[in-house]
Amino acid sequence: MPTPKEIAELLKNQFPDAVIADMSDGLHPSVTVTAQAWPQIARFLRDDPRLAMNMLRLISAVDLHPEPQIELVYDLISLRPPAGPGLWENCGSFAVRVRVPRDGGRVRSVADIWPTANWHEREAYDLLGVEFDQHPDPRRILCPDDWAGHPLRKDYEFPKEYQGIPAATAEASSGDKVTK
Amino acid sequence: MGWIQNRFEENFIITSVDWALNWARQGSIWPMTFGLACCAIEMMAAGASRFDLDRFGAGAFRATPRQADLMIVAGTVTFKMASRIVRLYNQMPEPKYVMAMGACTIGGGPYCKYGYHVVKGVDLIVPVDVYIPGCPPRPESLIEGLMRLQDKIRQETIAKRV
Repeated sequence: MPTPKEIAELLKNQFPDAVIADMSDGLHPSVTVTAQAWPQIARFLRDDPRLAMNMLRLISAVDLHPEPQIELVYDLISLRPPAGPGLWENCGSFAVRVRVPRDGGRVRSVADIWPTANWHEREAYDLLGVEFDQHPDPRRILCPDDWAGHPLRKDYEFPKEYQGIPAATAEASSGDKVTK
Repeated sequence: MGWIQNRFEENFIITSVDWALNWARQGSIWPMTFGLACCAIEMMAAGASRFDLDRFGAGAFRATPRQADLMIVAGTVTFKMASRIVRLYNQMPEPKYVMAMGACTIGGGPYCKYGYHVVKGVDLIVPVDVYIPGCPPRPESLIEGLMRLQDKIRQETIAKRV
C-alpha cells in the first residue's frame, strides 16, 4: 500500500505543473491540483497500477467565502477484492482538491471515470453552483428544477416565497441573519 | 361533507339521521398511507398492534387518496413536496380531514428560521382540522388527536345552517 507521501510524490513527478499544494501529512492527506489538469490526473489515479484508485467515495464542495473560490474535495480509495471470504482490502486512500472560482466556476466532470461522480456532481451543482463540463445529466438533484440560487452558498438569500407559498413568516424572518 | 350536507330543515328525524351518520363516519376514518419524515414512524407505531389505531376504526391505511378520509401529514413538508400534497388532498373525496402531525408540519419546527426549503406550516397549503404538537408526537398523542377529530365529526349535521 503506498503511503500518502508516496502518492503525493508520484503525482508531483507525473504532473509537475498541476500540483499546486501538498497536504499529504495530515489527518486527511490530499494534494491541490489545477482544474485544467484534473481530468488527466483523475484518469491517472484510477488507471495507474501503483495507485488504482478505483472508487470515488465522495465529492465535497466547500464555499470559501469571502474568498471568491469553491473547493471541491474528491475522496478516493483503492479497493482490492479479497482472495477468500471477507472484507475488501483497503489499498490506500487519498484526496484531491480542486479550486474553482465562485462565480462561473467550471470543472470537467469525472462521471465517465467514476460513475459515483454523476450524482455527487449534481449535488455540488445544486447546492453550491459549481458547473461541470461534459456531465451526462447536468440537472439539480435535490431542489426543484425551478429553484432560484444555490442554498449552501454562504451568501445565499432565503426565498421570500415559492410558487405562491410564503416562505418567510414573522418568526422566520425576525432572527439574526445567518449569512455573514 | 358531500352531497347530503346542509340540505334539510332541522327537525327530529334529521338529528337522528345526523347521529347515525356521524357515528358511522367517526368510526371509520380511513387515513391515507402517507409519511414524510420521522413522524411517520410514530404513525406506523400507532397503527401497529401495541397502540392499534383500529380500535378507533382508523387502522385501514389506504394506499390511494381516492379511498381515504383523513390525511395525516406526518413530517417535514418541503417546498418541493407542497404541490404533491395539494394534489393528493384534491384527489381525496369529501368529507375529508387533515391532521397536522408534529412541529415541522404545524409551523416549520426546527426548520422555521434556518430552513430554506421547508413550508412554515402545512396550513399554508391545505386546511387543517387537528394540530398535534410534539417532535415527534408519541402514538398516544396521535390517538388523542384522532379522538378530537372524532369529536369534530360528531358535531356535523346535514341540516341547513342558519
